[in-house]
Amino acid sequence: MKSQPDWQPTATWAALKSRAQQASFVRDFFARRNVLEVETPVLGRCGVTEPNLDGVSAQISARGVEGGWLQTSPEYHMKRMLAAGAGAIYQISKVFRNGERGRRHNPEFSMLEWYRPGFDDAALMSEVSDLVCGWLNCPRPQTTSYRQAMIAWAGIDPFDITEKDLRQRCRQWLEPEQLEDLSRDGCLDLLMSFAVEPNLGTETPVFINQYPASQASLARISQVGGFDVAHRFELHINGLELCNGYWELTDVEEQRARFEADNLMRKAAGKPEMNADEAFLAALEYGLPDCAGVALGLDRLLMLKIGTRDIADVLAFPLERA
Amino acid sequence: MASYSTNEFRGGLKVLLDGDPCIILENELVKPGKGQAFSRVRLRNLMSNRVWDRTFKSGESLEAADVMDQDMEYLYTDGEFWHFMLTDGSFEQYPADAKAVGDTLKWLKEQDVYTVTLYNGAPLSITPPNFVELEVVETDPGMKGDTAQGGSKPATLSTGAVVSVPLFITIGEVLKVDTRSGEYMNRVKSS
Repeated sequence: MKSQPDWQPTATWAALKSRAQQASFVRDFFARRNVLEVETPVLGRCGVTEPNLDGVSAQISARGVEGGWLQTSPEYHMKRMLAAGAGAIYQISKVFRNGERGRRHNPEFSMLEWYRPGFDDAALMSEVSDLVCGWLNCPRPQTTSYRQAMIAWAGIDPFDITEKDLRQRCRQWLEPEQLEDLSRDGCLDLLMSFAVEPNLGTETPVFINQYPASQASLARISQVGGFDVAHRFELHINGLELCNGYWELTDVEEQRARFEADNLMRKAAGKPEMNADEAFLAALEYGLPDCAGVALGLDRLLMLKIGTRDIADVLAFPLERA
Repeated sequence: MASYSTNEFRGGLKVLLDGDPCIILENELVKPGKGQAFSRVRLRNLMSNRVWDRTFKSGESLEAADVMDQDMEYLYTDGEFWHFMLTDGSFEQYPADAKAVGDTLKWLKEQDVYTVTLYNGAPLSITPPNFVELEVVETDPGMKGDTAQGGSKPATLSTGAVVSVPLFITIGEVLKVDTRSGEYMNRVKSS
């Protein structure tokens, strides 16, 4: 007998209804605050240089545009809108990250991303709390710095631990030969994922902020307590990373330098280099208003709402059934 | 030999780890949004049957293990090896040693078909079908008419397996037994 393909949704109807209610809640939340809903391309000409994000390449061929990438985030397009004078904007969009499939990951997922001109990271963290706690009815988050969290849960100080001691600490999970070509940030990511994250937000939601400057991504950097830290924050609830926000970098030269540094890391890791998005850099050159922005995973927010640990429970058709 | 990278890891995949063939039971992606991805993998070592938890960096790979399952008929034992034959018409025979036969010994009946797991072409383990039908060779005298619940007694089957059976079972009867639990299911009408 030929076996039938799995064609039914993996999520219950209750979960899919909750998904629709969540979208209404989000739209209502931003309508009340005069934040404009926008749409930007899911299929773009450029991918991202981020060393740990792999896009899904497309095969578009139209009007001389060839190739293209399904976007890993609407960030560059939305920042171009901001530079063009959009004001406060948000978007609910599908984004794509190759290779990412697990209990908390699906390569295609729903992202809520928004930008607030005039806000800094602290002001945006407060708005994230309004949205998330309003929907989940949870207590407002506490804030812990990256350094405090690492000291508390991994037992190391990420800013002054030696390479040797850091690698020794990672031996709990990896063999020496596996650690050989793992960067300092790779080691810190290991500790964050395995030692710290499972403990975060188990009682009260918690923001992690003040990331090492080397993990700034698109956030601006300043000195706090003698260390260079990024104005970047993540919200963790029940051991689940829910969002990633920045007080945005607006300096085009610094941005260009970070793209180049990203590509050096990609090259070292044996990954293809990615072209910098020149349209995005041109927008920064023209002038991105001072703003804070955040990307929040809507599938994970829904997982917390209905109380499941498996993303398949909130998706109609995860990758294997898509 | 082919190899699999972390993106290809999934349950059921057979790989070589520390020189031993293993089957992947679970693979979980662990990744901070912007950070390095890792795979947390649970594997069962097919030689020792022990379960291992290992962490891999995204992009690492493991060599594929030449492990495959084949249906084979059990033929006979010469005391040192148990001989199986492919059921695909090739009549190809494979000798399995005591380690490969393991606990399946007590379910081995000539001419029945078993799943033989081959590693590099040699039997690594023998898995019995979920249900086997075996004759009772020894048990206390049956109590006719006593089909009520409650009583049970041990019965030795033709292969040497001892199972717990209802009191009414007598020597010479053929029983259906679940090899996973070792439990008696029912009597089989003799043909």
